[in-house]
Amino acid sequence: MKSPDFSYVRATSLDEALAMLADSEDAVILAGGQSLVAALNLRLQAPELVIDINHIPGLDRIELAEGKLRIGPLVRHAQLMASAEAARALPLIAQALPHVAHPAIRNRGTTCGSLAYGDPAAEMPACAVALDATLVLASRDGTREVPARDFYDGLYETRRAPHEMLIEARFPAAPEGARAMFAELAVRRGDFASLGLAGQLHLDAGAIAAFDLVAFASEPAPHLLTGVAELALGQRPDARLAADLAQAVAEAVDPLESPLATPAMRRRQYRALAERCLRDAMELADA
Amino acid sequence: MTELANSGIGAPLPREGARRLAEGRGRYVDDITLPGLLHIAFVRAPFAHGRLLGIETDDALEVPGVVAVIDGRRLAEICAPFDTNPPGVPGHASAPQPPLVVDESCFQGEAVAAVVAESRAAAEDGAELVFLDWDELPAVCSIEDAQAEDAAPVHTRFSDNLSLRHRFGAEDVSEAFHGAAHVVEADFSFGRQTGVTLEPRGIVAHWDPRTEELEVWQSHQVPWQMREVYARQLGLSPQSVRVTAPDVGGAFGLKLHAYADELAAVAVSRLLGRPVKYIVDRLESFTADAHAREARASCRMAVDAEGHILGIDAVVDAGFGAYAMHPRGSFGEAMQAAQMIGAPYRVGAFRAEVRGWRQNKAPSGAYRGVGQPIACAITEEMIDLASRAADIDPAEMRRINYRRTLDEGTRATQAGLVVEELSLDACLDKLLEAMDYTALRSEQAALRAKGIYRGIGLASFVELTGVGAGLYGPLGLTVAANEACRLTLQPDGSLTCATSVTDQGQGTLSAIAQLIAGEFGIAPEGVRMVAGDTGRTPYGGGAWASRGMALGGEAAKRACARLRDGLLELAAGILQCEPEALRFEQGEIIGPKGASGLDLAELAALCHYRPYDSPTGQVPPMTVEESFVPAALPYIASNGVHAVHLEVDPELGTVDLLGYWVVDDCGTVVNPLLVDEQLRGGIVQGIGAALYEECLYSEDGQFTNGTLADYVVPMAGEMPDIFVEHVSTPTRATGLGARGVGEAGTVGGLGAVRTALGDALVPTGARVSQQPFTPGRVLAAIMAAEDAE
Ligand SMILES: Cc1cc2nc3c(=O)[nH]c(=O)nc-3n(C[C@H](O)[C@H](O)[C@H](O)COP(=O)(O)OP(=O)(O)OC[C@H]3O[C@@H](n4cnc5c(N)ncnc54)[C@H](O)[C@@H]3O)c2cc1C
Repeated sequence: MKSPDFSYVRATSLDEALAMLADSEDAVILAGGQSLVAALNLRLQAPELVIDINHIPGLDRIELAEGKLRIGPLVRHAQLMASAEAARALPLIAQALPHVAHPAIRNRGTTCGSLAYGDPAAEMPACAVALDATLVLASRDGTREVPARDFYDGLYETRRAPHEMLIEARFPAAPEGARAMFAELAVRRGDFASLGLAGQLHLDAGAIAAFDLVAFASEPAPHLLTGVAELALGQRPDARLAADLAQAVAEAVDPLESPLATPAMRRRQYRALAERCLRDAMELADA
Repeated sequence: MTELANSGIGAPLPREGARRLAEGRGRYVDDITLPGLLHIAFVRAPFAHGRLLGIETDDALEVPGVVAVIDGRRLAEICAPFDTNPPGVPGHASAPQPPLVVDESCFQGEAVAAVVAESRAAAEDGAELVFLDWDELPAVCSIEDAQAEDAAPVHTRFSDNLSLRHRFGAEDVSEAFHGAAHVVEADFSFGRQTGVTLEPRGIVAHWDPRTEELEVWQSHQVPWQMREVYARQLGLSPQSVRVTAPDVGGAFGLKLHAYADELAAVAVSRLLGRPVKYIVDRLESFTADAHAREARASCRMAVDAEGHILGIDAVVDAGFGAYAMHPRGSFGEAMQAAQMIGAPYRVGAFRAEVRGWRQNKAPSGAYRGVGQPIACAITEEMIDLASRAADIDPAEMRRINYRRTLDEGTRATQAGLVVEELSLDACLDKLLEAMDYTALRSEQAALRAKGIYRGIGLASFVELTGVGAGLYGPLGLTVAANEACRLTLQPDGSLTCATSVTDQGQGTLSAIAQLIAGEFGIAPEGVRMVAGDTGRTPYGGGAWASRGMALGGEAAKRACARLRDGLLELAAGILQCEPEALRFEQGEIIGPKGASGLDLAELAALCHYRPYDSPTGQVPPMTVEESFVPAALPYIASNGVHAVHLEVDPELGTVDLLGYWVVDDCGTVVNPLLVDEQLRGGIVQGIGAALYEECLYSEDGQFTNGTLADYVVPMAGEMPDIFVEHVSTPTRATGLGARGVGEAGTVGGLGAVRTALGDALVPTGARVSQQPFTPGRVLAAIMAAEDAE
């Protein structure tokens, strides 16, 4: 478990990093290294050049302005978790972050790294899709914005081009009274999920005015459950609705066959998790 | 007297050396470096079964830093393959295992070629460029496939895959089942596991061509055994081999074996005349460390209307893997899994058949508990099934059937077990009180009515600890079963204990020092321990079968007595009294008139520097050596009872552990802190077996979960509080009275979780036969039961 040889550059500015990314056929960004270094040591990845962005100043900002929370590429999971401003603006992220790995990994791992990497079992991409975040990609040639809802194509497949770097994740701040929905099934605390749900709902005059729910980990990419949202919109929350929506979630997901569980089992687990997190979000008493 | 109790036997002293290890100041094999050291990376077999046609090494040899690429044929010239058939096991059939594959490889991950380089990284670069030409052969992986009538052979030298067959007890027990009030029956499937030591295996070998001596540093439990192994395989005198185990970061039985890759590393050093290092990486650990536990079993139990066990009839099929492990074989787990079924109970008629099967998978070997966790899990679930059939409370069912040899004296059970002085009743009483069993049962009933499924599980065990020479001696294996202590009084009055016992993190050495200090009434810091080095310690076993304190502690106690007797006799001469009138207290000799003015330092100085001051002109030996092996009994049995409280989520299939209790009897407790943590650590491994850990192979024998993200071990976040309590019945086999405790947690942990899960699932009608009890398996069982309704 020693990585093959590679060249290493410690970038000191964003421009430098982007230039090297453009000039090399086979370069990767090193952010927190919590996924990349393991892949290198297991020789699953053998890039020519590793561009370390950890010493570029100014990339670790969390900023709230004009109803958007902006997360820079060196913001660590732990830093985001500790930010009271972020917790108020993004209650879903606040609920999901404790499920991302363990403290030691959150101290190094970056939220943007997780978004860029696109692990299907990771929590942050699912939250970004649910909250309709915007991902800002930069290259030497300029900057473009891609909605998270368009970014994830499949297993570790994203719309990011090899010479692009994710320089910001921009999340719309939750409206007053928004409620997060989050639940996942993981073998142990801190493990990647086997299946999970991330979403947010919003009530207006007692009826559901906004509803976005994403299923993740059991499918190649975060799955926005639009059909379930249609059933929810305009309804008044009650136990019956929670049960019906949970059933709809179980029918809408498309879990991959795995040695650990059949799709039928996954649907049953989804139904139960969905009902529990919907009831929580609707502030209904325990069943 | 109170001073004594604070430092000697029974004192909860913190473990000596713990700070050094926790601060990262340990010295493990990988920390050892020698001038001119080379590093090895192995090229390993990509298939479960294949015939090696050729090896292409030119590209690898071009890699900067690569010194040599050595294959199995080259090593065969200087190193014999392991004989994997224990000579004394009739009918045992296992192929010889060469250090590197010569022509046929039998499991994925078997080492094929050693790439030797100036650094491990260069060796890995080279290994990527070694090309192997193979004929892939059919692979047989599951036990069922190995058993099939037309199964392909795992090794082509054999026509079938049966490695071992044995029966314990009677040939026919059908009589006992005739007319029994209840007969229960169940199938079991136990998943393959491995020990997952924090520090992986590793070795530094140095053949010095000038002195013709071989020096080996190895992360291992039994240095003396390895000295014999390397000498034998390389045709050397054992006297020219020295094996040292420096700090070892966990072993669990996995580091009890001789491994082909480690032998290859030693042979490479011999070949090149240079020191080499080989550290197993995590992926290699998973594919090439000893595995354990894989078994399938079926069991029937007959009970009468009052719940007495009339008969047990069991068959255990164990998965041995590609070769039996050298030198102790792979049969231990299979044999104990069958022999120990029903061990805590009086059983009318007993029959247990065991078969061991070769498979194209990694060899299986010892892992904490060796077979006993399997036997315990089978027994305890059968007891539960019978108690439900007979409508008797499971705790009561156990009590009705407990073996109580305390009254009956020592004698063998039908399975051939010799157990003495059991205390299961007392353990159960304490346990039920500690967990408030009655209250938990009523809470369970109330919650069941609300659709909440909680389970309460009990598991009683009898465990064979401190195993003596009767196990391996008759099989013709050169494995020492004694433990020895060489105790030296240094000129300054401090003591040095060189022991054959080894320590892989248990704290055994610290406890032996505590015991010795207690014998002289001095502080434990006054005793220096030396261990894990054939160059500096007396001959003996090391660490296996929970022997450190039970046998090594007894040897130390006897050595103390001899050294003390000599010193007291000398003192008696000086003080003009009888030696019987003297004793040690805080290192000082106390006589009939109180403090004598003589202490250890004064006597030591007299003996070393002024022997002429002795009234007789003689001084006692300053170094004494004692060795102990249980002779009257084949081993020292311990016993105890575990209990688990858990909740099953019937929609998710998850199992949440709510509480864990254990009452253990390991006789004399020298240091309760160490003993309790042995129990807790063992229990956590039992929970790992029950809920998480499994070596998963694809149908064609590819290991599919060889990382710690995929092979899931228990972590603190999921572990319940573990309540530990003791009953103490000192064994009559020794003066010290200690029984083994290192494996007791693991032996009962699996069974207790299993019975609790079974209990929780009663309302669903589901039963999970296959372990580990993952959410998928629990849910599958629940859904199958629902479909059956
Ligand atoms: C034991 C363990 C458990 C874990 N459990 C979880 C878990 O439960 N949930 C979870 O979500 N994650 C988990 N992780 C992953 C962790 O969150 C990672 O830190 C994260 O996925 C990647 O972030 P990083 O900063 O470490 O990225 P790195 O490892 O540095 O990079 C990962 C990949 O993303 C690319 N990359 C990184 N940043 C950028 C960028 N700004 N622009 C473009 N490309 C970029 C890199 O080139 C690389 O290919 C776990 C990790 C470990 C080691």
